[in-house]
Amino acid sequence: MRDFSFHRATSLDDLPAGATIIAGGTNLLDLMKHEVMAPGSLVDITRLDLDRVEAEGQGLRIGALVRNSDLAAHPAVRRDYPVLSRALLAGASGQLRNMATTGGNLMQRTRCPYFYDRRMACNKRDPGAGCSAIGGVTRNHAILGASPHCIATYPGDMAVALRALDAEVEIGGPSPRRIPLADFHKLPGDTPHVETALQPGDIITAVILPAPVGGQHRYRKVRDRASYAFALVSVAAVIGMDGSRIGHAALAFGGVAHKPWRDPEVERLLTGQEPSDALFAEAADILLRPAQAHGENQFKIPLLRRTLIATLRDATGMEAKA
Amino acid sequence: MQITLNLNGTSHHLDVDPRTTLLDALRHHLGLTGTKKGCDHGQCGSCTVLMDGRRVNACLTLACMVEDRDITTIEGIGTPGHLSPLQQQFLDHDGFQCGYCTPGQICSAAGMLEEIAAGWPSHASESLDGPFELSHAEIAERMSGNLCRCAAYTNIVAAIRQAAQGDNRREDAA
Repeated sequence: MRDFSFHRATSLDDLPAGATIIAGGTNLLDLMKHEVMAPGSLVDITRLDLDRVEAEGQGLRIGALVRNSDLAAHPAVRRDYPVLSRALLAGASGQLRNMATTGGNLMQRTRCPYFYDRRMACNKRDPGAGCSAIGGVTRNHAILGASPHCIATYPGDMAVALRALDAEVEIGGPSPRRIPLADFHKLPGDTPHVETALQPGDIITAVILPAPVGGQHRYRKVRDRASYAFALVSVAAVIGMDGSRIGHAALAFGGVAHKPWRDPEVERLLTGQEPSDALFAEAADILLRPAQAHGENQFKIPLLRRTLIATLRDATGMEAKA
Repeated sequence: MQITLNLNGTSHHLDVDPRTTLLDALRHHLGLTGTKKGCDHGQCGSCTVLMDGRRVNACLTLACMVEDRDITTIEGIGTPGHLSPLQQQFLDHDGFQCGYCTPGQICSAAGMLEEIAAGWPSHASESLDGPFELSHAEIAERMSGNLCRCAAYTNIVAAIRQAAQGDNRREDAA
């Protein structure tokens, strides 16, 4: 690990310019050990008063330092936003969920094994260097929204559920503002090293959930082992029925793109329709129309199709296929 | 930099490089080698300790960030003459072969049982609101942050289940 200066912040006004923020440290310290990241200074924000979950209007304000384990177990989250509890519980390990924070989880790097290996070319680690993943081992790389510069996938689960819940990110610092989670994470384009909308001096202070919409909440994660593994594909679904028809549908997808993926056209197709296999197949067709495989990750295209359809059958109460 | 660690009920003053992880502070600065270094990247769980009662990976924790926290290592869980119920059950059930992962397994299990007592759900829970039975699936899921390369998992699960039941007798083999 490269040397750094260390400062423990006592307030939001006590963040040295240019310092890298550390809270749970579960991704940052790992990357610093690999010297993939080498910040010259760290500022520890864990003593700031940002660790509360509070009502905000009809919704919820989740402080940036609320731990993943506390958030997953929070009574209001379990009751009103169970897709979020399920996504959090599907991620990492018990130890890591006790360490990882809400803000830090959003800031985990979109990454792939080539990003971690400093002998390999990576536009994310070294802009302009090229991408060794393209043409390499691509089992868990992106099938949607990738670019010729980067095919890494966003590995988190929490943000996939937050995307389906239309969460916003509250940002403090010199330019306080809120931005939709949809705009927080970036697609790679030709600047894959720019992963979020944060500007220098910004700090995430909270995540805001709008009023609960009810309905059926599902988080279905498919992975190579039963626990403590990143998603190959995942689906966060919030679906409300209106009689025998789908009243509202929000669907977000993990493991398939550089950011939590969502396709409004899929949701428009489903809304107002009677659930059927034909409808769900059409939804999958729309979702996967822009999908592009890179060798070994070809399997993710049919896997995402089947996972979406299975999740829709489950959430709309259709009998599971035998 | 000068730091103070509250460790197993005692304060320790240390002079550490900011890069020092809690794991290295425990092993190299304090000579407490019960906490093990396996992967050093948060994947194997052999460095698991309790911080303010919660299980965490000491390898992904900077020592300078955990001043004022109450840290419990395997040395604080029990001693050779006074084993904790979990330690006794790991012995009784052969919950190990080489034993390298065992301190982390036991600290993790201690934290995990507190999480169940607090009513926390897991990925394996049918309902987010419980009740949470100590089924094989629940224990396996909740302990997935601890690897055992000897694959003593079956006996680890049995040891944890027995310790949780507060019963120090060994289950009859079915």
